[in-house]
Amino acid sequence: MSTRREVLRLLGGGVAACGCAAAGWPSAVLAAIPGNRRLIVVLQRGAMDGLAAAAPLGDSNYASLRGGLALKPPGETNGALALTHDFALHPSLAAIHPYYGKGELLIVHATGNGYQTRSHFDAQDMMESGLTAKRGISDGWLNRALAPLQQGKERLALAVGGATPLILRGALPVASWEPAGFHQANSGFVELVAQLYAGDPLLGPALQEGLKAQSFSTGVLGDDAKSPDMKGAGGFGPKAFKPLCEAAGKLLAAPDGPRVAALDIGGWDTHVAQGAESGRLAGNFEGFAEGLDALAQSLGAAWRETVVVTVTEFGRTVRVNGTNGTDHGTASLMFVMGGAVKGGRIAGDWPGLRQLQDDRDLRVATDSRAAMKGLLRDHLGLDASLLSSRVFPDSAAIKPMDGLLRA
Amino acid sequence: MPASSIAAVVAASRFGFAPKAGELTRIAADPRGWVAAQLNQRSDFAPGDLPRSSEMVAAMLEARRDKEERPELKERLRTTYLGEIDARMRAAILGETPVLERLTQFWSNHFTVSGLRPFVRGFTGAFEREAIRPHVTGRFADMLLAVTRHPTMLLYLDNAESFGPDSMGGQRRKKGLNENLGRELLELHTLGVDGGYTQADVEAMARILTGWTVAPLRDGNPGSFRFFPQIHEPGDKRLLGRVYREAGIHEGELALYDLALHPATARHIATQLARHFIADTPPVEAVERIARVFRETSGDLRQVTLAVVHEEHAWRQPFAKLRTPTELVISAYRAVGIVPVPGQAFNMLKMLDQPPFLAPSPAGWPDVASAWISPESVVRRTEWCQLFSERLADPPDPIAVMETVFGDALPEEVQQAVRHAPSKRAGLALLVASPQFQRR
Repeated sequence: MSTRREVLRLLGGGVAACGCAAAGWPSAVLAAIPGNRRLIVVLQRGAMDGLAAAAPLGDSNYASLRGGLALKPPGETNGALALTHDFALHPSLAAIHPYYGKGELLIVHATGNGYQTRSHFDAQDMMESGLTAKRGISDGWLNRALAPLQQGKERLALAVGGATPLILRGALPVASWEPAGFHQANSGFVELVAQLYAGDPLLGPALQEGLKAQSFSTGVLGDDAKSPDMKGAGGFGPKAFKPLCEAAGKLLAAPDGPRVAALDIGGWDTHVAQGAESGRLAGNFEGFAEGLDALAQSLGAAWRETVVVTVTEFGRTVRVNGTNGTDHGTASLMFVMGGAVKGGRIAGDWPGLRQLQDDRDLRVATDSRAAMKGLLRDHLGLDASLLSSRVFPDSAAIKPMDGLLRA
Repeated sequence: MPASSIAAVVAASRFGFAPKAGELTRIAADPRGWVAAQLNQRSDFAPGDLPRSSEMVAAMLEARRDKEERPELKERLRTTYLGEIDARMRAAILGETPVLERLTQFWSNHFTVSGLRPFVRGFTGAFEREAIRPHVTGRFADMLLAVTRHPTMLLYLDNAESFGPDSMGGQRRKKGLNENLGRELLELHTLGVDGGYTQADVEAMARILTGWTVAPLRDGNPGSFRFFPQIHEPGDKRLLGRVYREAGIHEGELALYDLALHPATARHIATQLARHFIADTPPVEAVERIARVFRETSGDLRQVTLAVVHEEHAWRQPFAKLRTPTELVISAYRAVGIVPVPGQAFNMLKMLDQPPFLAPSPAGWPDVASAWISPESVVRRTEWCQLFSERLADPPDPIAVMETVFGDALPEEVQQAVRHAPSKRAGLALLVASPQFQRR
């Protein structure tokens, strides 16, 4: 095994172009990410029930509309965890509740992503592309946002998990990591394959990049990188989320490591037997919260300058469906967490449950792009006009949210 | 390289998997005819003693009731699941009808049921055998009906537990609608997401399908399809502007028939087929021609498939499609004429992130290269190529396998690399890793 120093260098070495030119960014806007800041985006696939995550116990229509899925108030056995006078956190999110007390957890409630569709697949495409109609989607908003921040050849961003998710696909090359470890091909063979791929626009660059990422993560994580059981069939579920977060935290904490990452967590599509304080959704919340806590722990000192933001493709119906679950809805919520966050509060207007979208869903009060733009501007120092034109096209009317971060 | 030989490589690899020994020469005489002829043949898939779905569904229901049955069921699930994979692999690797195997896998993915919801794990393979296989060269309407009334689909997308809110059973048990199957049926199975339906149509579809469920244990034939009028939502329903008069199960049969013949369905299916057999972004005019055949033949899948085969675009650009992990594994083993030992195919496909019958969502596995290629996945594919060659008990001559698969259609540098490989295994690994073998 090579030395750690060498390994870290490998991540950045040998990459021909930084991708900025390909993305067509004017060179004047190129600037590094300020300080030691980190940004992590967590994609909750399947549509998380925001009304279960942070329940509006103070809304007079909540208990009657939610029926058997209503949470018990704070103080009761298995009751929700107090946030504000009117809102309480799901009891299975206990692992992140202390961050709220410390002022490091902010909730933006009643968020939507600027489109109206109840198709998971379209909605996820748009959530990640930053577009509001499904037309010619090929790259992700996070990739476009990072393009002007690329300096030198280090990979700025890391995709944690299998294939690079759409949110990070695009002109800017990104690193990727997933728990490896079934078989390491010998280096002589890999070199021969690399020669065969030299002229291949698809396989060539991917193999080069993959080999670099592999050396880097093995260097930082050692044997932790080899845990083949972490991955369930077809994707990462809530149980795998914690080890993934731990690994991601360590990789991001490395001094020469990536500064931005995207992670996935699935299992939110609770059509059947969703459960209130316990059950299927509660189990998901537990894995999710423990993962976020592990991410904070493993980032160590870097947590102080970190922002973690979560987003899901849409919310779920306010009422319980015929199978004790919830169907596809409209608004959900975002968690914003980290040492850099001005937390301990709930942001965004509350639309109330008296008037529902299509007589079934929580209405959208805050466009998630407003929160994302606020974070990209204030945390990564991106220019607001570029955010409205390139990162989230045609979003000039959506003003960046102010004051999400500590001054 | 004569054009007919290139066409033979395209016929075998794009419409089937890789050619097996001796096949390429036979195909070269009439590549299009080789593909077309299989559409009139019987598949040589052999189910052996794999159980019917009703048997496995009943076993699952039994185990739900009686906890002591669970360990036994678990073992039975495991052997059935691995047995389904091995039977499917064997037909694709050794069989004489690879085109029918590919079509089966295409349609199975179009109508995805996934063991990611663990309670259907024991009968996802049976679903493919019972609802997909008999119809791949039949009528789309028949496949749609078979799929929608299949217990695996009814359980996977929750329709088995969907109650008409105003039905007798719904009122008595205070249960209601679940719109999961209704939505995916319109979005994924028929019209497509841009097919012009609304939320109201989704709900109407769900109402129409209430009562379509699975026979309980006390029934004479437990675990099979059953329509229960007492949980069917009473009254007329309006779907896509048409009123379906209250008619119990016939409402659903009629609605499925109408959906199967809808022009939006023709377009959606044509797009999926063209994406699978022509290119990730298929030419618009090719899609339109295939959709027209779908409309004009009322969804006769033999004619529709022939329209794809006769599409010049499918032949014009060799190696336009990246092989999915499943296609890669099948093709590698078919090229060497060896079937993996039991359980091996599953382990390999799990490593490559495409475990059979475990697609991540009802949308199925992606069918475009960008979804399969990431830095990490290309490293794994490379590692797998070496693993594949190392696991062969008696590796064949890589130069002979190269001729079996490509004739002399490979670029000189790839041929040289395989010829000069330090060992038979290394040569086979390089051949399978080559950019041309990674594609079809």
